[in-house]
Amino acid sequence: MATYKLNINGKQRQVEVAPETPMLWVLRDHLNMVGTKYGCGIAQCGACTVHLDGVAMRSCQLPVSAMKDKKITTIEGLSDNGIHPVQQAWLEHDVPQCGYCQAGQIMSAAALLKDNPNPSDSDIDVAMNGNICRCGTYTRIKAAIKTAAKMG
Amino acid sequence: MTLIKTAVGRRSFLKSTAVAGGGMMLGFSWLASCQSKTEAEVLAMPKEWFEINSYLKIGDNGVVTIVSPNPEFGQNVRTSMPMLIAEELDVDWEKVIVEQAPYHAKKYGMQFTGGSRGIMSRWEPLRMTGATARHMLRTAAAEAWEVPVAEITTDAGVLHHKASGKSAGYGEMAAAAGKIPVPTEVKLKEVKDFKLIGTSRKNVDGKDIVTGKPMFGVDYHQEGMLFAMIEHPPAFGMTLKSVDDTAVKAMSGIKDVVTIKSYKDGYEKGGFDTNAFAEIVAIVGNSTWEVMQAKKQLKVEWQPITAYTEKIKGFRGDITEKHIPAGLESTTIHNARMAELAAKPGKIVREDGNPDAAFKNAAKIIERSYSAPFLAHNCMEPMNSFAHVQGDKVKIAAPLQIPALIIPTIAASLEIPAENIEMDITRMGGGFGRRAYSHYIVEAALISKQVNAPVKLMYTREDDMTHGIYRPTYQATYRAALDENNNLTALHVKAGGIPESPLFANRFPAGALDNYKAEEWVIDSNITIGAFRAPRSNFMAGAEQSFLDEVAEAAGKDPIQFRLDLLKRAQEKPVGEKNDYDAARYAGVLELVREKANWAEKPANVSRGVSAYFCHSTYAAHVLDMTIEAGKPVVQKVACAIDCGIVVNPDAAKNMAEGAITDGIGNALYGELTFKDGVPEKKNYDQYRMIRMSEAPKEIDVHFVQNEIKPTGMGEPPFPPIFGAMANAMYQATGKRSYRQPFLGNKQILG
Repeated sequence: MATYKLNINGKQRQVEVAPETPMLWVLRDHLNMVGTKYGCGIAQCGACTVHLDGVAMRSCQLPVSAMKDKKITTIEGLSDNGIHPVQQAWLEHDVPQCGYCQAGQIMSAAALLKDNPNPSDSDIDVAMNGNICRCGTYTRIKAAIKTAAKMG
Repeated sequence: MTLIKTAVGRRSFLKSTAVAGGGMMLGFSWLASCQSKTEAEVLAMPKEWFEINSYLKIGDNGVVTIVSPNPEFGQNVRTSMPMLIAEELDVDWEKVIVEQAPYHAKKYGMQFTGGSRGIMSRWEPLRMTGATARHMLRTAAAEAWEVPVAEITTDAGVLHHKASGKSAGYGEMAAAAGKIPVPTEVKLKEVKDFKLIGTSRKNVDGKDIVTGKPMFGVDYHQEGMLFAMIEHPPAFGMTLKSVDDTAVKAMSGIKDVVTIKSYKDGYEKGGFDTNAFAEIVAIVGNSTWEVMQAKKQLKVEWQPITAYTEKIKGFRGDITEKHIPAGLESTTIHNARMAELAAKPGKIVREDGNPDAAFKNAAKIIERSYSAPFLAHNCMEPMNSFAHVQGDKVKIAAPLQIPALIIPTIAASLEIPAENIEMDITRMGGGFGRRAYSHYIVEAALISKQVNAPVKLMYTREDDMTHGIYRPTYQATYRAALDENNNLTALHVKAGGIPESPLFANRFPAGALDNYKAEEWVIDSNITIGAFRAPRSNFMAGAEQSFLDEVAEAAGKDPIQFRLDLLKRAQEKPVGEKNDYDAARYAGVLELVREKANWAEKPANVSRGVSAYFCHSTYAAHVLDMTIEAGKPVVQKVACAIDCGIVVNPDAAKNMAEGAITDGIGNALYGELTFKDGVPEKKNYDQYRMIRMSEAPKEIDVHFVQNEIKPTGMGEPPFPPIFGAMANAMYQATGKRSYRQPFLGNKQILG
């Protein structure tokens, strides 16, 4: 056990956990920030995607001990009250079915648009291929990303 | 106009409650997102709520809370069910707050998410709920204004009396309405008068989902709760022998290691008590990660099971016997045994005319065999449950499809009265049939009882994928007899599976042929199976529709016209009396998809396949266009036509169809679970291939047949036929027929 100071969604947080504890579980169990989801634990499904210094990362693979001086953004901190263009576009296209994977999808999409404001279909395919949606909402996700791109 | 009795059998769902007229601030559950607006938004609104009945609370300012009775797993009933009530209540949809019902059979009837039955079964009862409340509000206004109730009209939550010019919001009359006796019958609206039903409304939970609010079972939190995980046998055909927990108990954050037995000896199981691993080990600790680490270190010895027979009590109290063999099963042996049984005579389920003679006299016989593997449901949210046992009471919060079916098991296993079970129904991160079998709740409760603390049990992905309750593996052999003019004179289907037959003997093309035979067979197994989105249909549709495509080609006919000709025969002069489909509606979706896909003018660069199927009282047809790029099948477009009667929320229904199509393409191409010596050979998504963004259809175009028929199923029906459309398009693209699912598996390219 060790004490870690974390910068999450612009706020300083402190947890006492084992050094190898993945950020996914620090968020969910220790900070009760449960928007970030567990799906596979091996970086294959994307449900746990967060931003680390603005880059989309699988939080199930990020040990808390490596978070020093890093800025972590989760779905809860992507915007105030859901006003990020990707969130707005998701609502406009009524993307979710069960909704479980969608936080991870949105975090991946937001990171994509930050780097590539006008992605092509194949850019979207590449950037989003790591996020599984078991309900099969991919066509709506793609359409929503294009809408979000237009919203800037 | 539909006049409907408000009492169903002996039970009225609409009794005014004791609080009616008293005015009360109702408590809100922990799950802010079990309501469609945040607690802050809700609290900012009415000062007082008046409970009209168990589904409806009206605030003094006219805001209406509608309780959505059924569990939500993405089919969007939390929007479409309240729409049914709001339609008849005649309230402004923008003033509606949706709240999730807990399990409560007396108040909410059968809270059943499965079999595409949600809207079908709630269509009249929920509208009646709204109509009854509207009648009570109108009566209250009539009494207050001393005018005849017949003169009171409503418009979007406002009561009017035209002659006197009086009007009042629902909120002003809600207290008085709560004291009005429930009418014995109410009138429901004509279809033509619907204002809300048939219009697209956004998912009421959309904002909570995109902002990451807690709503799923795994999100449940109670102060002081412990985290639990299970260790189940690594193979089907194995059970617990012993556990050595000394090292694990000394690990950081670990509170306890316990063994549990899910069923009391002699417990009479119900049809949804499926569980291959009733005796398991549970590790309980302070955090998920610590428990996960301990799980890796736990030393458990397993031993082979002995064969047994169990009695299963069905819905209607009927008892069936199920034989569970011992042994460690493998896919290679399964396939060999299926081929063996497929070659022997099966149990004849239906025979029309003289199929044997027709085959004897045939000018040409086409015989083809189809197979599909076991599939794991792979819900994105793994199985989980919160439970807190205190004495003879238990509090549960869990994602599950059919609460009523697990209540007797929880009661028996904990040895407590069923009425002492309090259960919150959380949103499910997917279900697909898997969460109809909620043994994980029993496990959580038994763990809580042993450690005497509130516990949240969660499966790892590996536990989830290897625990069983799979879509069975199936095989079907079709034979067609053609005369010298290439007319189809007889059809013979023989189908079976492990451990269930997929056959529907009375479905199309039964009824369209003078000579028809349907046979089935079954092989027992200790690998557990369960409902998986459109059970049995999800295999038979692909097999049947692939075969009909091949027969149409042999007969030199257009594949859509070939099916329409058969349906014409079934409509005009049906053979047999047990045919379970409406040939005209079946033909209707084929005709609609033919038009919408522009069938006559196929783009030159695509390969195209068609397929249609009927299940869950709904008809669905697809035309799938694909290309092959760098050796990979690429679905360019799927045109889809559905006849599910009245569509309550069209855009949400389209979303379901799009999902079913994508899900089906994924399973047709990649989905597969195999076994070696009882061990599932895939444990996580690095091995189990799921359809991903780059493999999803580029475009899906969904159309509904417009009619005024009561709504039928929607979640499942578009799923089965896409397997056939995919297979038939692949044949056009490659010149090779696909008989064995998955068509691609873990291969990257065709061939």
